[in-house]
Amino acid sequence: MIEPNPHKSLFVASAQTKRRATAEKRFHMLGLTAIFIALSMLAILMTTIVTKGSGAFQQSFITLDVALLEAKLDKKGTRNPDNLKKVTTFGYAPLIKAAMEQIVVARGIETDLTSKDMAAIVSKSAAAQMRDRVLNDPRLIGTTTEFKFLANSWIDGYLKGRVTRETIGKNKNISSAQLDFADRLIELGIIEKSFNIQFILGADASDQRPEDAGIGVAIIGSFAMMCVVLLLALPIGVAASIYLEEFAPENRLTDFIEVNVANLAAVPSIVFGILGLAFFINMMHLPQSAPLVGGLVLTLMTLPTIIISTRAALKAVPPSIRSAALGVGASKMQTTIHHVLPLATPGILTGTILGLAQALGETAPLLLIGMIGYVATNMPETVSQGLFSPNSAMPAQIYEWAKRADPAFYERAWGGIIILLIFLVTMNLIAVRLRRRFERRW
Amino acid sequence: MTSQTIKISARNVDVHYDKTHAIRGVCAEIPSNSVTAFIGPSGCGKSTFLRCLNRMNDTIKNCQVSGDIMLDGEDIYDPKVDPVQLRAKVGMVFQKPNPFPKSIYDNVAYGPRIHGLARDKSDLDGIVEQALRRAAIWGEVKDRLSAPGTGLSGGQQQRVCIARAIATAPEVLLMDEPCSALDPIATAQIEELIDELRQNYAVVIVTHSMHQAARISQKTAFFHMGTLVEFGDTKTVFTNPSDPQTESYITGRIG
Repeated sequence: MIEPNPHKSLFVASAQTKRRATAEKRFHMLGLTAIFIALSMLAILMTTIVTKGSGAFQQSFITLDVALLEAKLDKKGTRNPDNLKKVTTFGYAPLIKAAMEQIVVARGIETDLTSKDMAAIVSKSAAAQMRDRVLNDPRLIGTTTEFKFLANSWIDGYLKGRVTRETIGKNKNISSAQLDFADRLIELGIIEKSFNIQFILGADASDQRPEDAGIGVAIIGSFAMMCVVLLLALPIGVAASIYLEEFAPENRLTDFIEVNVANLAAVPSIVFGILGLAFFINMMHLPQSAPLVGGLVLTLMTLPTIIISTRAALKAVPPSIRSAALGVGASKMQTTIHHVLPLATPGILTGTILGLAQALGETAPLLLIGMIGYVATNMPETVSQGLFSPNSAMPAQIYEWAKRADPAFYERAWGGIIILLIFLVTMNLIAVRLRRRFERRW
Repeated sequence: MTSQTIKISARNVDVHYDKTHAIRGVCAEIPSNSVTAFIGPSGCGKSTFLRCLNRMNDTIKNCQVSGDIMLDGEDIYDPKVDPVQLRAKVGMVFQKPNPFPKSIYDNVAYGPRIHGLARDKSDLDGIVEQALRRAAIWGEVKDRLSAPGTGLSGGQQQRVCIARAIATAPEVLLMDEPCSALDPIATAQIEELIDELRQNYAVVIVTHSMHQAARISQKTAFFHMGTLVEFGDTKTVFTNPSDPQTESYITGRIG
């Protein structure tokens, strides 16, 4: 029996109402806490990455006036390019020592260092830098020319606070006398930190020259792979989805395919890597370490993502649009191409870009097809040979730097992560914009 | 009435969805140049039967249609018949206005384009204008043909959909509760339009409104539980029904 309630004022909350209000407040607080934790994690992550990585974009440079002696570089004085090429970087190295001695005398710096130790604070890339410039412009021979050399990674670390007199100890690469000398040069404005575009555009460098390493070649490698992925995964994925969603008969085979596509999306990426190694390299004999193979492997990995998002986008097109098209006598294909596909485009593009972003950040499969390692390619070759010459990719390059011993590479790994994240965020923003742009009401 | 030739004749039509027997042995003859109304309670099979007439049921899986449906004496379920060609002859207007998310012009021009009915642009312009005029919406949209069809009001959208169906020059126009999503003013406009369309087409309309059926149709079919209970002149069905079920439904005792 339902008894009529005795009259109670609405202004007095009942015990049950109070309990319910408390429970709701608690739930509210839990949600806020969760969001707060997530946001602070993100903030910690971003600050760490930015503080550790921003150093890679700045580099210490030593500005030196080098006397390019004809006696050393072109003994015959003919300026014959073939003769000039015979002088190796070893021939250029003494010029740096001479330039250092010159500075000590001219600026009155007091130091006990030998000229060899003084020259050692310049990067090992300096001789090659001079040689390239001289070969480009032989008229420089015989003149005194200003060069902006990279400082070696220890001096660079000293300027950035990574290397101090206490931490170097018995380090063979740097002594406190060299640091004293560097201090004098800093006072004189000869050593300066400035923005280092070569980190973004340049190639990786050997273990000996962390200061010279850049991620540019790896960016091109990643870009080439993304082109392969886009060109293969988008058409194949969209065609497969349209068939499965609009045309496939409903039977066991279709179900089997659908389940397996969904399963493929969950397969660890390293499995795709070993598949690529076995199939593309061992069986089809495609070149090792090439972005073409990397792109093919990442295509396999991205396909399920694109198929799943495309099918979701096709499913989201209201059936009334299909009825309308069929009702005026459009065929199944016309209905799909003229009406369903255009309406699904934003969803398809969003899925594709997110798939590409995922592929861009993938490291594991590249490990197995040999895209990880010191890839000694320089800029022009990499661009022209593109898909077939050995290359690395951004995440692979970061991994490569992170595992090298020299702490200077560690900083570059963080810097590489910043660049990778910039690419990923850009791609995600494009995806968001596309979705907003093409969103239509019906 | 100009002529009473039979446009569509259905004999012993049965429809099964999986194990559900949706239509049982329906026989009906739909005359040309008149409005035929299908009435009956929800789930009685009137929409299903309507969708048999242009083979829209083909798109529903597990839907089995048996029996003969003849359009001008030709079996529309013959294996030689391409449903695409049939649907150009038997146009359809749906319950909910469903314009394509394109311009008004493109909505109407879509059918003629895919069927190759227009020789050139000006020809197509002519077809679009004529279809919009017949659907009694030309005056309202002639200045904004490039505006999206989805931006119109519900009643206007439905008339654009009717124009879209007319534009393929059909012989039969099927309408599945075309006014159920519309307000009384838009409904009145559509009803007036249907009465005019009768001059050129055989119109078949499914409706839940007895008043609407009585107002606009010349023939009425009453469906109940998948069977065609009564089919005859609207006047007779509404004033002197031969079946007690029809009488109960019309007078509001069942349904």
